[in-house]
Amino acid sequence: MQMILTENRILKLFEKKRSRILSVYFSAGYPNLNDTAQIIRSLSDSGADLIEVGIPFSDPVADGPTIQESNKIALDNGISVKLIFEQLAEIREHVDTPIILMGYINPVIRFGVEAFCRNCREVGIDGLILPDLPMQEYLENYKSSFEAHGLLNIFLITPQTSGERIRAIDRNSRGFIYMVSSASTTGAKTGISQDQVRYFERIKEMKLDNPALIGFGISNKETFNTACRYASGAIIGSAFIHVLKNAENLRQDIRTFVKSVKE
Amino acid sequence: MKIKVDDRGYYGNYGGAYIPEMLYPNVEELRQNYLSVMEEDGFKKEFDHLLKTYVGRPTPLYFANRLSEKYGAKVYLKREDLCHTGAHKVNNTIGQILLAKRLGKQKIIAETGAGQHGVATATVCALMGMECVVYMGEIDMARQKPNVERMRILGAGVRPATSGSKTLKDATNEAMRHWINDPVDTHYVIGSVVGPHPYPDMVARFQSVISEEIKWQLKETEHVEDPDYVIACVGGGSNAAGAFYHFFDRDRVKLLAVEAAGHGNETGESAATTVLGKAGVLHGSKTLLMQTDDGQVVEPYSISAGLDYPGIGPIHAHLFESGRAAFYSATDEEAMQAGILLSKLEGIIPAIESAHALAVLDNITFSPDDIVVLNLSGRGDKDLETYIKWGKY
Repeated sequence: MQMILTENRILKLFEKKRSRILSVYFSAGYPNLNDTAQIIRSLSDSGADLIEVGIPFSDPVADGPTIQESNKIALDNGISVKLIFEQLAEIREHVDTPIILMGYINPVIRFGVEAFCRNCREVGIDGLILPDLPMQEYLENYKSSFEAHGLLNIFLITPQTSGERIRAIDRNSRGFIYMVSSASTTGAKTGISQDQVRYFERIKEMKLDNPALIGFGISNKETFNTACRYASGAIIGSAFIHVLKNAENLRQDIRTFVKSVKE
Repeated sequence: MKIKVDDRGYYGNYGGAYIPEMLYPNVEELRQNYLSVMEEDGFKKEFDHLLKTYVGRPTPLYFANRLSEKYGAKVYLKREDLCHTGAHKVNNTIGQILLAKRLGKQKIIAETGAGQHGVATATVCALMGMECVVYMGEIDMARQKPNVERMRILGAGVRPATSGSKTLKDATNEAMRHWINDPVDTHYVIGSVVGPHPYPDMVARFQSVISEEIKWQLKETEHVEDPDYVIACVGGGSNAAGAFYHFFDRDRVKLLAVEAAGHGNETGESAATTVLGKAGVLHGSKTLLMQTDDGQVVEPYSISAGLDYPGIGPIHAHLFESGRAAFYSATDEEAMQAGILLSKLEGIIPAIESAHALAVLDNITFSPDDIVVLNLSGRGDKDLETYIKWGKY
């Protein structure tokens, strides 16, 4: 198990880099069914440090309208968990950037947790973000399968998460902690308020064992830079979905967007 | 059989609290406090007082003479349709809103399918001077128009859920999103025995007044506490949970749960979760869920907006799996006929939800001494338009 984790690309990334990490989220099968692998390659080529591939779900309760829509279009396009694994089958021949699958727990349960983890390992997935999988449930019923297949489980914290619970999450995390920037669904807010900055400072002062990436409300260079002052980096989701939605040339538009955030 | 939620919020294999971290503090606050608040003398007094003087409890346990004659058994109707606002839903909204006030909440949100839970929530918010927002599927708003206007008259904001199937499931999604975006000072009043722990247990407890009354009412009329059958319809399953509650461990009492089969379980247009569902997670709990092989939630269908939900409460998934309750399903056609029959025989126009429970009386061979209690969960006023469209009366 330990040997598998030493190969984990997320852990390797944070070993060599602890600041200005850019993670980008998009929904698999969006905007067109077979764009998934191309978008990953373009993100990687453009300098994204981490890639989060969303598993579309019919009832994404933690997501705002933008990601709800990309989920719906991807499902209408015919995406499925099985197809995502097929689309990613050869991705490791081209891309060494860490890849995380992010989605809701139901499709994972339906696919079969063990089979899901095995497929993740086969295609080279490094971690999972399953917002509606509670920590206790994870520890009791999922952790051993995830770890046996070299998968890190990434937990979320929010401005309302108590200090005590943040410590517990930190103890049970490996890789990084996903710091939700405000009490909101994805893509609901733009900009960063003074309240949020106080929350970022509070977390920074806790000196957690794991690095944190800030997500929700990060949309451009300005918000990315602000987030990077308080955390190891940030995650962009809805804003990138907008780029994909309006893209005329995927590869070029992705490159332009990533550069505009990082440089 | 003991049917009780465990420390982790499970009934057997079903339940739990599968919620994003954004909702954890609110749900945890509720979990830590609901039992102690519900046990406070002051809380109980206020709750009981409102049930009596405002809701009109106890509701009658009515011996349905002509229905009994027709089915060859002693058929009693538990008249939840006579509750203020027209359905059992208000038992729960009074309980939850009293609880929310004690937790210092100022704003209330809710989801609604047929509109009964929304109306019950809007009503109690008016009573207690609280701000109220109700999410309702756009399609449901069209088919339950009077209830939309009732909520508005009562001062609630009604917001359409325009995503997905635009029915109860999507209204629940929107209410959860609202709660994520506005977690402080807001309580989410879930209307059924669904959602993350402690909701299923809390709602079942508030609705358990139904079976508590059935017990002493039967004692008065039949000199026994236990009927032979208790029959109730199940969408999420709150009226059934309330009607079954005090009979769970009385194994001789047969519990019959009736789901909506829409156009028929084999047509793909149904809401009968125990027939078509598999274990999954929706709206915060693990339960039986109508879904594709890929784990996408299937959009259910029923003529009844209140039963048009792709899951069932985890307590019912457990009742089904353990065999403690027998699950039946009734089609649109069977339910409508049963509703019209009750109207003609007893002068009671039932809600189409409750008519599904009535429909299974046809499927059971009773002996003449059998005591059958059927929970008539709501009245048919809100469904008049559906009855009219149906014709055939």
